[in-house]
Amino acid sequence: MSDLSTANTTASPVLDVEAIRRDFPILSQEINGKPLVYLDNGASAQKPEMVLDAMDRYYREMHSNVHRGAHTLGDRATTAFEGARETVRSFLNAQSTREIIWTRGTTEAINVVANGLAPRLKEGDEILVSHMEHHANIVPWQMVAERTGAKVIPIQVTPEGELDLESFTSLLNERTRILAITHVSNVLGTINPVRSVIEQAKKLGVLTLVDGAQAVPHFRPDVQELGCDFYAFSSHKLFGPTGIGVLYGRAELLEEMPPYQGGGEMIERVSFERTTWNILPYKFEAGTPPIAEAVGLAAAIDYVEGLGRPAMEAAESALLQRANELVETVPGMEIIGTARQKVPVMSFKIAGLHASDIGTLLDQQGIAIRTGNHCAMPLMDFYGVTGTARASFAVYNTLEEVEKLFQGLQKIQRLLT
Amino acid sequence: MTASKEQFLNNPLGQKTTLDEVLEDFDFLDDWEERYAYIIDLGKQLPAFPDDERLEKNFVHGCQSQVWLIHHYDDESGKLFLLIDSDAMIVRGLAAIILVALNNKTPRELLATDIDELFERLDLFRHISPTRGNGLRAMVGKIRDIAAAEAA
Repeated sequence: MSDLSTANTTASPVLDVEAIRRDFPILSQEINGKPLVYLDNGASAQKPEMVLDAMDRYYREMHSNVHRGAHTLGDRATTAFEGARETVRSFLNAQSTREIIWTRGTTEAINVVANGLAPRLKEGDEILVSHMEHHANIVPWQMVAERTGAKVIPIQVTPEGELDLESFTSLLNERTRILAITHVSNVLGTINPVRSVIEQAKKLGVLTLVDGAQAVPHFRPDVQELGCDFYAFSSHKLFGPTGIGVLYGRAELLEEMPPYQGGGEMIERVSFERTTWNILPYKFEAGTPPIAEAVGLAAAIDYVEGLGRPAMEAAESALLQRANELVETVPGMEIIGTARQKVPVMSFKIAGLHASDIGTLLDQQGIAIRTGNHCAMPLMDFYGVTGTARASFAVYNTLEEVEKLFQGLQKIQRLLT
Repeated sequence: MTASKEQFLNNPLGQKTTLDEVLEDFDFLDDWEERYAYIIDLGKQLPAFPDDERLEKNFVHGCQSQVWLIHHYDDESGKLFLLIDSDAMIVRGLAAIILVALNNKTPRELLATDIDELFERLDLFRHISPTRGNGLRAMVGKIRDIAAAEAA
């Protein structure tokens, strides 16, 4: 994989997948009388015991509100909560924890940035996104464009599902203010060359945001090496709890941006004459934050990093490779997204079969995949489909499960044709 | 071509193919494969749907797949006739089951039909994801709205 900031080229140790599976209690159950084969990790990943325990222990032993109690529990909670922020800082290699903002997820993180950069935008300004973005990296920009008179312009995608770099170069100009691009496509699995596009954009003073929701479960981004101004991701796709995500932002820009929401925690001083904002990162964290979730996310990061990224990447590549090999065993099956650099995500269609039928009939066999437009309607339009079926693999999936998917598809084909 | 009166009146579902027949058949189905094969087969009885009726006003929102629904109120018999189409085979099958229960009825008869009870009896919801269940409910909801408007 290219563009992986921490890619390690030395020989990778082999993962003990069975041991990893035992860390995820949910995986041992049966669905419709069959062992669960969970291949919907791109939608949300399952949680290891370590995350469940960390959150349970937090509530049993240290819960209180953060940053305010004049008591021991308040200190414990604050220590755990701010410790989690440090874990995320280190994970992203950000310079300071001031640059790590808790949000509800990637979607909210992008909204915070879109809203925060609105004062910089005026009529005729351009915001570049790509044709493969999730709606979460399109709609917030459309909303801010509506308010400011700026325009949202999509960078084209090649038929293979790669970012069309010629299109990017031709669209980048002196009116471009923001480049908001996904690190990894949720539909195609494509890993975009974000570092090089950011480098080009920065030469024109363009601000850059990377949607890392689909990247972080598969590799570790280094925000300093990428050179992005903002990086957003969600905890729940990274084996952490739902309800929390992260916005990394360069301190200088975060200082300048207006707060997203008003309330407690985000203020320094309130009076009816004048209210002043708290320092970073708290300025963007109105209200009581998701404390247990932050603790859970930190545990998830510790867990994933503990597995060893090179071994993880090797295991995941093997899953994708096996899947690619098996495509020919299902007549009429076509992969959508054949980029050279991919995470283990496989969108597909099968001639004569509707994606929703495939999803339903796989579920009957205990196999969970996603079907539909994947919150990426412009990309569906580009491929001329109303939806696709998508199998997305995680580190706990086995080669045997990949084979079960294809056996399941063969069975469906026999049933429906 | 818009749908002719004949297309509505010739829909076998709820006429030639009766609810009792479907219920009886269902009792003989053992596993999910047979059940789905049967549902899909039933979907093949849906009459052709006129292309020019695939309009926004006939679109059923809330389904995972694309579903269209049109109706014809027959003055002579006082009955409501329905045509449904979908691009997904299982949805077509489920639509056929709905039609077996609700097609060719007066609006009042239709409104008095307890479709949930039927789904329960067929044990459909247990095998159908909530997402798809919502689609089923959306179809039934639209049909009931039509019946209520005709009954008024």
